[in-house]
Amino acid sequence: MTQAAALSSIGVRRAESPGLWILAWRRFCRDRVGLASFLIVVFFFGLMLASGLHLIAADWSKEVGVNYAPPTFAGPAISDRSSAPPHSSRSESAGGLNPADPLADVLAEIRAESGGASIAEVEAPTLIFGGDRWGRDVLKKTIKGTETSMFVGLAAAALAAFLGTLFGALAGYYGRWIDDFFNWFYSIFTSIPYLLLILAIAAVLNQKGTVTVILILGLTGWTGIFRLVRAEYLKHKVREYLQAAEAIGASHMRRMFVHILPNVSHVVLVQLSLHVVLFIKSEVVLSFLGFGVGVDTVSWGSMLNEAQSELILGYWWQLVAATIAMALLVTGFSLFTDALRDALDPQLK
Amino acid sequence: MLAYVVRRLWQTVPTLLGVVLLVFFLFTWVGGDPAYLLAGKISNPEQIENIRHQLGVDRPYYVQLWIFIQQIATGDFGESWSTNEKVSAIFATRLGPSLTVLVPLLIVDTLLAIAAAMLVAYVRGSLTDRMVMIGCTVGQSISILVYIIVFQYVLAYQLGWFPVQGWGNGFAENLLKFSLLPIIVGVIVSLAPDTRLYRTFFLDEINQDYVRTARAKGMSETRVMWVHVLRNASIPIITNVMIQLPGLLAGAFLIERFFSIPGVGREVILAVERSDFPVIKAVTIYVAIATMIINLIADLLYRAVDPRVQLK
Repeated sequence: MTQAAALSSIGVRRAESPGLWILAWRRFCRDRVGLASFLIVVFFFGLMLASGLHLIAADWSKEVGVNYAPPTFAGPAISDRSSAPPHSSRSESAGGLNPADPLADVLAEIRAESGGASIAEVEAPTLIFGGDRWGRDVLKKTIKGTETSMFVGLAAAALAAFLGTLFGALAGYYGRWIDDFFNWFYSIFTSIPYLLLILAIAAVLNQKGTVTVILILGLTGWTGIFRLVRAEYLKHKVREYLQAAEAIGASHMRRMFVHILPNVSHVVLVQLSLHVVLFIKSEVVLSFLGFGVGVDTVSWGSMLNEAQSELILGYWWQLVAATIAMALLVTGFSLFTDALRDALDPQLK
Repeated sequence: MLAYVVRRLWQTVPTLLGVVLLVFFLFTWVGGDPAYLLAGKISNPEQIENIRHQLGVDRPYYVQLWIFIQQIATGDFGESWSTNEKVSAIFATRLGPSLTVLVPLLIVDTLLAIAAAMLVAYVRGSLTDRMVMIGCTVGQSISILVYIIVFQYVLAYQLGWFPVQGWGNGFAENLLKFSLLPIIVGVIVSLAPDTRLYRTFFLDEINQDYVRTARAKGMSETRVMWVHVLRNASIPIITNVMIQLPGLLAGAFLIERFFSIPGVGREVILAVERSDFPVIKAVTIYVAIATMIINLIADLLYRAVDPRVQLK
């Protein structure tokens, strides 16, 4: 009875004073830079979801403009067609079909299937943010790339955070040989430079695709989170509330994941946010090198890959679009992470 | 001291064994049968059997593992699958160009980052500090790819200040002609994160009591910063520089690829593209060994910098 009364009195006091998350949220709201960066992150989230649900940019692969259509604000190209790549033969006959072309029907069918684009449609001389080699809208392409890159970053970070937390919890909680084992595992992964490890695994898997990239990044990236979570568990397992949990007969699993985990979740959250940025950057590099997402998927990395050769021809817009999108998201996410850390851990400065 | 070094080296054995097992596991089970990769499309069962026998993959796993350990111990990883060059010869010839670019890069970057970080830490909270930090955050958020593409295009292709890419024969020519732009790009890319990091190290020290004592004694600000604070902040800085050292052996993948520098990094990317397993295996193992040795050296350096550090 007395115990119940004590518990309920604690419960009452809890209800009166704000909890960790409410305090953190209040601190976060006072941080104007943090709030602005949070809005950027939310905006990109919305973009990713909308694109993923095919609400926007679903027709990104449609060839709506002439090849390398310049951005509208730059005006139409004063182009000499001779410098354009062989693909330009199609845009010269823009609007009409060559009746002598035996493959015309087949091509039209393929185009209709792939993007719903009809050849009869007039190809615009300029697009909002320009067009790529096939006259696809760079703006839509960037949105699609945002979806891929951000999804890969989030999913890989979630996987890495899951593994890191699980391993860290087991190692820190149980200690002894389990701790030794995971530390050994950790030392193996950290003794190989990150990018080299990723490339080695990419070489072995030898297949491209979004899932592959997520797996590569997630399975190699858990080490930093592991170390921090393990340290937190070491700290928490000797605290009194855990003795209390043991006294009321909570199982090991329950103590680990119901009692301790909420108390260290802020560490995991900050790390998760930090790793999203890291993995987005890594995905861009991997996709650029051609070991990342598949050829039919567009990501910032694959856009930069195309942009590299386009720049020499003077077509800068794809490079600028991908760079701006990435810089915005990464800056936003980094500042958001800083604000999150400050809000969740006010002692740290 | 010697006992410490011996014990530390002994402790690396299980880790090294783990790395060997990990690499072996990756390339033997996950990687699939290399004979199919090697034989390509024009292959009959007999050919594949032949290749399997040559590579030793038709033998039991423990024998293969033993062969692999022998390869590591002797440094003889056989020949590259795609060029038939000896793997050891590939390293011998590729390491030089990598180091020509990366050693100056690391030195210049570290010195600049220390100076910049100390400056902004000294004027912490000021407009300069805030602007530099914002600049670093934004600069860091732009992909390294963009820096390389734009610098190569503007400085080398359009303005012609540097060769677009390539590599010469003499060391001086390589360093002063072909390496300059890669080094500049590399410094710009790594300066932003390093300045941010070192700034926090300096900030940790700058509010300590000993700094106030030094000032109270009438020491010049220059001496306080460059002697007292720098020495105390140098431990985490050494750690950070040391972390980057193994990367020197693995090469700078992207920079070497873009500027056609025949270094280890470019070789690794080529090897990944061609599924050239012996090369990747060798790089991974050697870089892992180097990492462990460098970690040991880092601990010894701490001791040299700060006599209070106990080596146990």
